[in-house]
Amino acid sequence: MLKRTPFYKFHTELNARMVPFAGFEMPVQYEGIIKETLYTRQKLVLFDVSHMGEIEIKGKDALHYLSYVVSNDPSKIKDYQVQYAVLLNERGGAVDDLLIYKLPDRYLLVVNAANTDKDYNFLLEHKKGEVEIKNLSDEIAQLAIQGPFAEAHLRDTLGLELSDMKFYWSMETKYKDIPILVSRTGYTGEDGFEIYVKKNYAEEIWNTVFKNDIKPAGLGARDTLRLEMGYPLYGHELNDDISPLEAGLKRFVKLKDEFLGKDRIVKELEQGVNKKLIAFFSEEKGSIPREKMKIYAEGEEIGYVTSGIFSPTLNYSIGMGYVKSDFTDEKVHIDIRGKLKEFKICSLPFVKETSLKVSKKRKQ
Amino acid sequence: MLVPEDLKYTKEHEWAKIEGDIATIGITDFAQSELSDIVYVELPAVGSAVEYMEPFGSIEAVKTVADLYSPLSGEIMEVNEELENNPSAINEDPYGQGWIVKIRITNPEEIGKLLSPEDYRKLIGAE
Repeated sequence: MLKRTPFYKFHTELNARMVPFAGFEMPVQYEGIIKETLYTRQKLVLFDVSHMGEIEIKGKDALHYLSYVVSNDPSKIKDYQVQYAVLLNERGGAVDDLLIYKLPDRYLLVVNAANTDKDYNFLLEHKKGEVEIKNLSDEIAQLAIQGPFAEAHLRDTLGLELSDMKFYWSMETKYKDIPILVSRTGYTGEDGFEIYVKKNYAEEIWNTVFKNDIKPAGLGARDTLRLEMGYPLYGHELNDDISPLEAGLKRFVKLKDEFLGKDRIVKELEQGVNKKLIAFFSEEKGSIPREKMKIYAEGEEIGYVTSGIFSPTLNYSIGMGYVKSDFTDEKVHIDIRGKLKEFKICSLPFVKETSLKVSKKRKQ
Repeated sequence: MLVPEDLKYTKEHEWAKIEGDIATIGITDFAQSELSDIVYVELPAVGSAVEYMEPFGSIEAVKTVADLYSPLSGEIMEVNEELENNPSAINEDPYGQGWIVKIRITNPEEIGKLLSPEDYRKLIGAE
């Protein structure tokens, strides 16, 4: 039986196409992936991301324990700051990638919907010291408000003054009497916010925020937007065997005295990785890379595609994939249904000018 | 979902409009809706042969790709060249402007194997 988020009835009212995703019945699109992607880049959208998991970590040893299981260093963040990290297994592979919210009395981990149970069990199995771990996923609804007009929109609708909030910071506040956690975070590359609220208040928050020029966007646009920014997606660029260093996430890896997978991480830092993530594009019509397609360089198979789409923003094909780490050419060939098509290597993000970049600059 | 009465269907979600020995072929409203925004159609060459339920081209959408299967064996008479510049015609008008190819039917007996509108509605779970 698929779960439904508290916003299910709004999705059906808006004629969303619903699909099963990570055990939930989720909207994949409303008006279309291209329209929703462009509207996010140009204006403002609302995503129901209530399928995401929330795991709370509390107790005297919470920081020490958290440092032990993630790639990043949570001792570096202050109250209400947010940090991106990879949850590591003993082999240095990624159990998941997640956000860590440091709140005055606890940490809140926001994890991928498909991994919530896996992460929760993993965290329990590797429990160290005096910590209390709770899976709050069934109690919390989450909305993402993304796009250049997000800040103004939340001022107009929820009465929130967020102009001083920096990227990857959060605050606990109230709308009327409803407690909410708001952060300047997102998965689109645009300026934007995510709001966490107890399920019983979810409808009121949706009704308050879903006003004026905002449009709903689904999982389809969420994927094109993240890929246009080169953000990894668990199950594609990350899995239990891939290390954060292979995934190009070095800036989220910090060496600490003791942490899971340390041997591999240290070895990869000293000797390099076996495979690396690359980004590529093609302006040739119909040359769209897709997951699992083989990548070749000078006739030799060197890797595979992990994600590929036709980019609505750029109007050409983009993709990411893993190749042998000694690969340094400026182009690759990808086997697209029996035809080798040329792709040029590029740097990430694919979409370079976004409202998030502008917002970050303004706050420096 | 539109399932016009005057067409035949395949379980791979193509439709065929049969007029004498010519069949016009496209994908169904259900198929275009599942694929979402179509951005490219790989078309066969005019004059090439297609076989019953064998792939003859593909449709690329933003996030996925689907093979096109020929409902009938035949020879490609005409391809919808408009699709090169406007592939979204398939999304907007799958049974009209979004037609894909016209073939000359070489084995009319295969027509009997195609699905009726009623059978196709059952297949996609429509009323």
